[in-house]
Amino acid sequence: MKTAILGASKGMGRALARVRAERGDDLVLLGRDVEDLERSAADLRARGRGAVSVIACDLDAPDGFPAVIDALFAGGFRLDNLVITAAHFGTQDELEADPVRARRLLAANLANTVELCERARVALLAQGGGTLCVFSSVAGDRGRKPVGIYGASKAGLSHYLEALDHKWRAAGLITICVKPGFVKTGMTAGLKPPPFAGEPDAVARHVSAAIDRGTPLIYTPAIWQLVMLVIQHLPRFVMRRISF
Amino acid sequence: MPLPAPRSISAWGLFALPGRERQSESLEAASKSAELSRGLGRSYGDSSLPATAESELLCTTLADRILAFDEESGLLTGEAGLALHEIHRLLMPRGWFAPVTPGTQFVTLGGMVASDIHGKNHHKEGCFGDHVTRLRMRLATGEVVTCGPDERPELFWATVGGMGLTGHILEVSFCMVRIPSPWIYQESRRVPDIESFIAGLKESGPDWPMTMGWIDCVSGGSALGRGILMRGRWAEPSEAPKQFPAMPPRLTMPFFFPSWALNPLSVRAFNILFYWKHLPREKRGIVSPWGFFYPLDAIHLWNRMYGRRGFTQYQCVLPESAGQGAARRFLELLVKLGGASFLCVIKDCGAEGRGLLSFPKPGISIALDLPLRDWTQRVVNELNAFVISAGGRIYLTKDTLTLPADFAKMEPRLAAFDEARRTFDPERRLRSHQSERLLDPATKEQA
Repeated sequence: MKTAILGASKGMGRALARVRAERGDDLVLLGRDVEDLERSAADLRARGRGAVSVIACDLDAPDGFPAVIDALFAGGFRLDNLVITAAHFGTQDELEADPVRARRLLAANLANTVELCERARVALLAQGGGTLCVFSSVAGDRGRKPVGIYGASKAGLSHYLEALDHKWRAAGLITICVKPGFVKTGMTAGLKPPPFAGEPDAVARHVSAAIDRGTPLIYTPAIWQLVMLVIQHLPRFVMRRISF
Repeated sequence: MPLPAPRSISAWGLFALPGRERQSESLEAASKSAELSRGLGRSYGDSSLPATAESELLCTTLADRILAFDEESGLLTGEAGLALHEIHRLLMPRGWFAPVTPGTQFVTLGGMVASDIHGKNHHKEGCFGDHVTRLRMRLATGEVVTCGPDERPELFWATVGGMGLTGHILEVSFCMVRIPSPWIYQESRRVPDIESFIAGLKESGPDWPMTMGWIDCVSGGSALGRGILMRGRWAEPSEAPKQFPAMPPRLTMPFFFPSWALNPLSVRAFNILFYWKHLPREKRGIVSPWGFFYPLDAIHLWNRMYGRRGFTQYQCVLPESAGQGAARRFLELLVKLGGASFLCVIKDCGAEGRGLLSFPKPGISIALDLPLRDWTQRVVNELNAFVISAGGRIYLTKDTLTLPADFAKMEPRLAAFDEARRTFDPERRLRSHQSERLLDPATKEQA
């Protein structure tokens, strides 16, 4: 199997790349910092037996996406899975203080991610199908005080991913929307972990299994499905009073 | 980068202090503003704790990549936060093991260098630092440099065992060793007293790559220092099971024991049970490496056993020059003081570590847990007085309570270490709670 991961050098992307490497996948690492990707490639080569290569890809620079897609499918080799874990994060307080950063976050997490998915969709369908696994977030499930803007970007993304799966699954494009709850990574370092906070390794194994099965939507750690079910049904007057 | 939020930081002994802790995958970027790097927090005392509430520490555990591994030579380069258990999980099935390992594998490479850890094979293989070929570091001046035994040796040997005070360790290169199988051939026997124990360790040393023992530390008189002596070697493929040894499921200590659970009676019962659990006088056979090297790793968060107030470990080395009876007199003192410890670990040390502040030197090392209570300071002071008279020293990685005046009498190498810190950190930007509490005052005391 060949798996490409955007955001493979950090957090859940790093953990997922390790899980796939250890079971023998060939890997393509996509990201902004090529030097850092090369260090991750060395790590993955020491862990697995598959080939590992690196392609520069910046979620903030969609003009580069066509070249990325060309490089991914170059030589007519099949790509089985494209995983997108990369995204910007900011707390509501941080983004309220900096509207330009808020716009950049919305552009990268929604508009640019959708563009990349669209370009990947065409290429994956052209080769006869494949899996597109994209990390959204539980933050998109309900408008909540601490993650309003970030949550909006993820709500839009989740919406798009669901439609993508409905429309193209029959043609062979499997879309997987991953909604991580709170996971202890560099992105959330410094935030106080809530109950049910997850570890990246466990999340990676869960996501890897979802890729194998073609599960269209997973919450991870799985307990977050229950947590979000409750939060989705809280009346507005309750949501207005609570701080999470 | 925004300043991390203030919080309470503790290490394995659960002694906690307020500070700020940054976590990052990129140590090179995040080490610029930190006063100290720390790994998995498995040191017992305050060596990885913040000097002040405003101190910013860098937690390295997200920087855990293997940067290179040579299947021919075993040379491994890893980021400082790479944990030993991960290295073993990946490389033991391929026939490799760490050259030296402490009693837990939940430690990082950076921590192993900073503490210059030793293990059951110290009498043969020395400390971890003896197997390190190269370090990449960020100095307090901001410079990123490499060092090793042949490159900037004065920085290298100050960093090995230097408790993180000479710079931030970013990458570690060292040689893994080939093992014939992942299983251990172990012989263990009940030993009636401390004299037979030391004789047993000495006699086993030349032929056995790994030796150590557990002592019953509550029985006095003729049974003083009785315990279980263990010696082991890697099993040959012909005698080992074919399958890879499964890591035992990790049980979690679900809550803190109440402080009354630890009392003279329960401690006595535990020690006696542990001794007599080894019912045949001698046992031999193939055992799992996990139980052999890391018996306590089987219980996640076992440190909660000592209650919320936490505990410290007392580890000292009594040098050969102190003579035959030193270990007996130490244990007599311990029994008299009633320092309640579930178990006491004994090991003979080989040559003195080359790191400026490395702990081991030729002699007998004894380690025991002490719950942090009102009486603990007095016990540590009395044990330290004995260790000073014997010409021994304590292990900084375990220490919470040693007084500067006592440490000054144990450690003649303080001035050299201070000199190295002045060279590589002229503005004294790197510090820990332990360096402020113990090292700096002890250095002044000597001067």
